[in-house]
Amino acid sequence: MSKPRLGPWIALVLAAIYFIVPLAATFEFSLRKRKGEYSFDAYRWLFDDPRFIESFLYSTTVAIATIVVGILLVLPTAYTIRVRLPRLRPLVEFMTLLPLVIPAIVIVFGYLRLYNSSSWLPMTSSARATDVLLVFAYVTLAMPYMYRAVDTGMRAIDAQTLTEAAQSLGAGWLTIMVRVILPNVRVALLSGAFLTFAIVIGEFTMASLLDRPAFGPYMNYIGTNRAYEPSALAVIAFAVTWACMGLIQLVGRGRKTTA
Amino acid sequence: MGFVDLEGVRKVYGQNAVVRNFDLSIARGEFVSFLGPSGCGKTTTLRMIAGFETPSAGTISIDGRDVTGLRPNQRNVGMVFQSYALFPNLTVAENIGFGLKVARRPKGEIAARVAEMLGVIKLPQLGERYPYQLSGGQQQRVALARAIAVKPQVLLLDEPLSALDAKIRVSLRAEIRALQQDLGITTVYVTHDQEEALSMSDRVVVMSDGRVEQVGTPFEVYNDPATRFVASFVGTLSVMEALVVDGSAGRLRIDGQEVAATRAAGRARSGETRSVALRPEAVTLGAPGEGRNRMRGTIEDVAFLGSVVRIRVRFGESALSLDTFNSPGSPPPAKGAEVTVGFGRDDLLLLEAS
Repeated sequence: MSKPRLGPWIALVLAAIYFIVPLAATFEFSLRKRKGEYSFDAYRWLFDDPRFIESFLYSTTVAIATIVVGILLVLPTAYTIRVRLPRLRPLVEFMTLLPLVIPAIVIVFGYLRLYNSSSWLPMTSSARATDVLLVFAYVTLAMPYMYRAVDTGMRAIDAQTLTEAAQSLGAGWLTIMVRVILPNVRVALLSGAFLTFAIVIGEFTMASLLDRPAFGPYMNYIGTNRAYEPSALAVIAFAVTWACMGLIQLVGRGRKTTA
Repeated sequence: MGFVDLEGVRKVYGQNAVVRNFDLSIARGEFVSFLGPSGCGKTTTLRMIAGFETPSAGTISIDGRDVTGLRPNQRNVGMVFQSYALFPNLTVAENIGFGLKVARRPKGEIAARVAEMLGVIKLPQLGERYPYQLSGGQQQRVALARAIAVKPQVLLLDEPLSALDAKIRVSLRAEIRALQQDLGITTVYVTHDQEEALSMSDRVVVMSDGRVEQVGTPFEVYNDPATRFVASFVGTLSVMEALVVDGSAGRLRIDGQEVAATRAAGRARSGETRSVALRPEAVTLGAPGEGRNRMRGTIEDVAFLGSVVRIRVRFGESALSLDTFNSPGSPPPAKGAEVTVGFGRDDLLLLEAS
C-alpha cells in the first residue's frame, strides 16, 4: 500500500481556509443583527423588502431572456464556424473575447451614445426598450462564456462528421440542428446558460447606468445603507451561484458521448 | 458508361491541386478501392462522390444522373466514416433507423428494417444500447448498418477500419466484403492499407499526388505495377540498378552478375541502366533449378517475422530481400554467410525509365 501523501492535503486545507473563512465570517456576521444572539433577522428583513423580490425577479427575467437570445445567436454561429467556415474561427474567437477586455462601463457608455433618446435608434427612450438594450448588453457580456461552452461541446461531438453522417442519410439542415446537434450539445448549452445566469444576476455597472431595477444595483444600495443585510445578501448571492454550478454538475452527469 | 462515372474530376484549393483529372468508371455492384498514401487525394475524391466537396472541374454521375451539383442529402449514397460518426444521443436501433425516419417511412417498416439490419451485422440483442456502450468494432458495424439501411445506390467507406485493432480489422474486412457481395451494392472504399485494398476489392485505384497511377485488379496491380510508385507502394519490393547487356534478349547485369528478365526483352535499350525490382516471395534461398536466375551474395540482415523470415542479401551496391517460411528444424542462415539465391526470369520487374 502506498503512503498517504501530505502535500496535496496541505494544499487542500490551505485552499479551504482561503475560501471558507471569509465566507464563514460573512455568514456569521449576517446572523448578528439581533444584539447578543444569533438570528436570521437580516434575512427576514431582506425577504420582507419588496424591492428584494422585485429586483431578483427582474434580474431573473432578464437573465432568462439573455440566455434565450444568447443561445439563438451563439449556437448557429458556433455551428457555422465549426462546420462551414473554420477559417473564420480565429476572428470569431477574438471577437467573443472582446467583452473580457473592454470594461463594462465602456460598453454601456458606447450604448448610451449610440442608442440615446435623440439617436436614430432611441433604445433608452422607454423602460421596455431599455430592458431590451440591457438584454443585448448582457448577451455581449456573457458571450465569452456562452461561446466557449458551446464551441467546446461542438468539438467534443465532432459536429462536422455528425453533420456529414446525417446529410448522407438524407437529413436537411433543420433536421440536423434539431435532431443531431442540439441534443448532443445540450449539456454545453446548459453550462453556458447557468454561467450566463450567474453573471447577469449580480451585474451592477450596466444595470445601474441604464437605470434598471436589477438585483446588482439593489445589492449596491443595501451595501451602502444597511449594516448586516449586505452580508446576508452576499450569502444569498453565493447560494444562487452555487445552485447554478450544482445544476451544471447535475446535468453534466447525463449520457456519455462516443469516443 | 458505368454505374458511377467520374470524368475529368479536379479539386483545387487555392494554388494546390489535390485531385487532378480523375477519370474512373465503376460498374454496378463493383467494389473499388482507392489506395494511396496520406495526402494523395483519395479521401477528397470520395468526399466529392458523397457531395461533401464540390469538384473544381469535371462531372460525377450515378446511374446516368449527373450529381455533381447535388447536395449530399439528395444523392442517395451511404457513407461510413473512420470515426464511426454514430449519433451519441440515439440508441443503436435509432441510429440505424435515422435515415428511414428522415425519409418519413412508416414506423412498422422502420422497425422491420432495423431488426433486419441488426441481424445482418450480427448484433440483434444490442438495439437498445447507446454507442458509448459498444466496442469500436461493434460501433463500426452499426455505422455500416445505418448506411445500408436506407438502401443507397452507392456505399462509400472512408478508412472504416483504421481506428480498430489488427484482429478486428481482419475479421471486419471479410464481413464487409461478404455483405457487399450479398447485397450487390456498388462500393467505393478508401484505404492506405494495401492488404485491405488487395484482399477486398474487385479493382484497386492506386493514387499518388492527386493522380491515378494505376487502375486494375489486385492481381494486376501487385504483379504488374504500371509505375515505379505503384511498384514501391503496393507490397515490398527490392529495387536494384541493372545494366542492360542485350535489350532484345532481356539480358541484364546486376553488380557484375548476369541475369535474364523476360519482361525486359524488347523494352530496354542495350547499354542503358534501368531499375529492376523483385518481390521477396519470388526469391528462393539456395541454388535454383534450371531456367532460373542465380546470384551470389552475402547475408546482410535476418528479420524474424513469425511465420516468415525476411533475409536481406547484398551483392555489392545492390541488395534484395527474400522471404522464407519459418521452420523450427532449420534455423535461418547467420549474418555474413555467403549464399546463392534464385528467382524466375518472369519475376524480375522492369521499372519505367526515370
